[in-house]
Amino acid sequence: MSAPIYPGKGADSSHARLAAIFNQDENRTNWHDQTLWWVRQKRDNAARQLPEWEQLRQWASDIKDHTLSNLDAYLVEFEKNALANGIKVHWATDAAAHNSILHEIIRTNGITRIVKSKSMLTEECHLNEYLLQQGIEVVDTDLGERIVQLRKEPPSHIVLPAIHLKKQEVSDTFHEYLGTEKGNNDPQYLTQAARIHLREKFMAADLAITGVNFAVAETGGFVVCTNEGNADMGAHAARIHVACMGIEKIIPKAEHLGLFTRLLARSATGQPVTTYTSHFHRPRAGRELHIIIVDNGRSRQLGREDFRNSLKCIRCAACFNTCPVYRRSGGHSYHTAVAGPIGSILNPNLDMKAHADLPFASTLCGSCTNVCPVKINIHEQLWKWRQVIAAEGLMEPSKKIGMRFMSRVLARPAIYRFAGSAARFIMRWFPFLLKNKSLNPWYKQRELPQAPKESFRDWYKKQRS
Amino acid sequence: MNNRDQILKAVANGKPAPKPLSLPDWSSIAPPPDLLVSFEQFVQAVGGEVLFLDNTEALQQLISTEKASGGFIINRAGEGGVVDEVPDSPRLLESVKIAYIRGSIGVAENGAIWVDESAMGNRILPFICEQLVLVLRENELVADMHEAYRRVQINREGFGVFIAGPSKTADIEQSLVIGAHGPKGLTVVLLPAL
Repeated sequence: MSAPIYPGKGADSSHARLAAIFNQDENRTNWHDQTLWWVRQKRDNAARQLPEWEQLRQWASDIKDHTLSNLDAYLVEFEKNALANGIKVHWATDAAAHNSILHEIIRTNGITRIVKSKSMLTEECHLNEYLLQQGIEVVDTDLGERIVQLRKEPPSHIVLPAIHLKKQEVSDTFHEYLGTEKGNNDPQYLTQAARIHLREKFMAADLAITGVNFAVAETGGFVVCTNEGNADMGAHAARIHVACMGIEKIIPKAEHLGLFTRLLARSATGQPVTTYTSHFHRPRAGRELHIIIVDNGRSRQLGREDFRNSLKCIRCAACFNTCPVYRRSGGHSYHTAVAGPIGSILNPNLDMKAHADLPFASTLCGSCTNVCPVKINIHEQLWKWRQVIAAEGLMEPSKKIGMRFMSRVLARPAIYRFAGSAARFIMRWFPFLLKNKSLNPWYKQRELPQAPKESFRDWYKKQRS
Repeated sequence: MNNRDQILKAVANGKPAPKPLSLPDWSSIAPPPDLLVSFEQFVQAVGGEVLFLDNTEALQQLISTEKASGGFIINRAGEGGVVDEVPDSPRLLESVKIAYIRGSIGVAENGAIWVDESAMGNRILPFICEQLVLVLRENELVADMHEAYRRVQINREGFGVFIAGPSKTADIEQSLVIGAHGPKGLTVVLLPAL
C-alpha cells in the first residue's frame, strides 16, 4: 500500500522539517494563520448564540463515552437493523481489508466509473492510491478534494482540504486540467468550471463512495453531512453506493442526532447546520447500498485508557482552526490523513514510530481541548503520548539531550543562576551566536528580545531590601 | 475468525467499564422567542429566501406561470395541485430548471427543512435541479433540531434529508460561492397555518 506524497517528504519528514518548508513563504504562512483564525472566530460566534452550548458539549461527551463503553453491542445492533433495511454490511479489521472489499465490489460488478465524496477514512486507508495500482480511477467530488487530487497532493485539512492553496494556484491547476482561462482566478468562475466538470462525472458514475458522519444503532441507517451536495449527487445517481465508516461513528439513538448536528457545523465553520444532512436507510429499488465498518487500530485505541476518548471525535476540525501550531505550519507538515491536534493523538496509535514527532507539534496551550465539541482532553493526551514515546525510546536525540541538560540545570539553583547570567551576557555582547538558525532553532521566524540587565531574582532581592 | 468477529472481540476486550447513559432533558433548552422570525432570519443567513403566500391558489398560480414560461419545471408541491411524475434517470433530470417540493418540517434555529423521499419522487431531484422551492406551512415550524428529530421518523422512508439553503462551497480561499453541485438558489414558500 503506497501512501500519498507529502510536499517535501524525504528521509527526514518530521513535522518540524516539513513546517520549516511551509514557513519559507512568510506571506502564505500569515495568510493561512489568519484565515483559519477567522474560521475559529466564526465558530465562537455561532457557539455564543446558544446559551446551552456548554450543556450540549457535556451531553455529547457523555453519549460518546457511554457508546464507547458498550460499542460491541451497538455495532451488533446497528448491523442487525442495517441488514433488515436491505443494506449489505461488510467488516474490515484494517485498511488492507477495507480496500480489498471495495475492490471486490468494483470487480464483481464490472464498475469502471467511480465518484467519491469526502471520507477521511478512505484517506487513512490510502484507497485512491490502492485502486490506482489496480488500474481503477476514483474521482473525488468535494471541490477542495478535487483541487488537491488534480494537483496530486493529499488534503491538508479534514474540512477545508485545499486551505493551503491560493486561488491563483487553483486557477493554474484548472487551466491545466479543465481548460479554464489562463489567469482567471475568480472563485465563482472556477467553481462553475468544477461544477460542469464534476456534473459529467456524477452522471457517468456507476458507483459512489461516501463517508459517514453518524451511524444510528437504533435505526440501522447513517447520516452524511455536506455543504456542496456532492455526496448526494454521487449516491443518488450511481447504481451502487458504498459508505465507509470507522467503528466509532456509531451513536445509539436517532434523537441523539439533534445534539450532534447542532454541534458539528457550528464547531466546523460557524454555520448553524450543514446545507445537507442526509439520512440513508434503504437502497432505492434496483440499487445497492453497502456499508464497510472499519476498525484499523480503533479497537486498540479503545483499549488504551489514556487515549480511548480520542475516539469520541466527530471530525469537525475546530481543534485545527484554533491550534497556533497547525495554523502556522499547514496540514501537510503532519504527513498524515488527519492532521492537527486530534490527528496527533490518533496517529501514534496507528504507527507510533512513524508518528513519534506529532505529539511534539504542539505548545500544549489547551485551546484544542477548550473548543472540542465532545470534550476530548486533546492537550493532555498530547502530553501523555510524549511520555509514552519517550519511554519507548522514540524521541528525537536532540530533544532527549536537551531535556536531560535542562532537567540538570533546573535542578541545581547555582548552575541555573550562572546559566542565566551567561545567557544575558551572550545576548548583549555576542548575539550572533544565538542568531544562528542551525544552532538555535528558536531563532527561526523570531527576533531575539532585549537582554535584561539583571535577572528577576536579583531585581526581586533589591526590591525587598 | 472472520473480520466481523475479530473486530467485535477486540472491541469487547478494549472497551472500558459500562458508563450508563441518562437521557438528556432536551426540554430544558429554551426555544427561540418567535419561531417564524427566527426561521426566516436563518433561511436568509444560509443563502435562501422566504416567500409568504396567502393560499394554495397563489402557489399553484406561481407554478403555472413558471411552467407557461417554458423550461423544465417539476411540481411536487402537493397542496391540492397535480403532482408531476419524476423520471428515474438522472440524465433526464439534469435540465430541471425549478423543482417544487413539499417539505414537512422547518427548523427555526437554523433554517433547515426536512424532506421525505416520497415528496421528492426521485432522491436526486432536490440536488440536481437548478432552483429548488420547498413548500411549508407556518404551523410546521419547530424550535430546534431536538424537536425536529422528535417529529421526524428518520427511517420511515429509505431516504430523508434536512436542507438548509442552496448548495455552497468556500473551498477556494474561503470565498463563499453559491451553487457548488446542487441548486443555485433555494426559495421557501410559507403558506399560512392550516
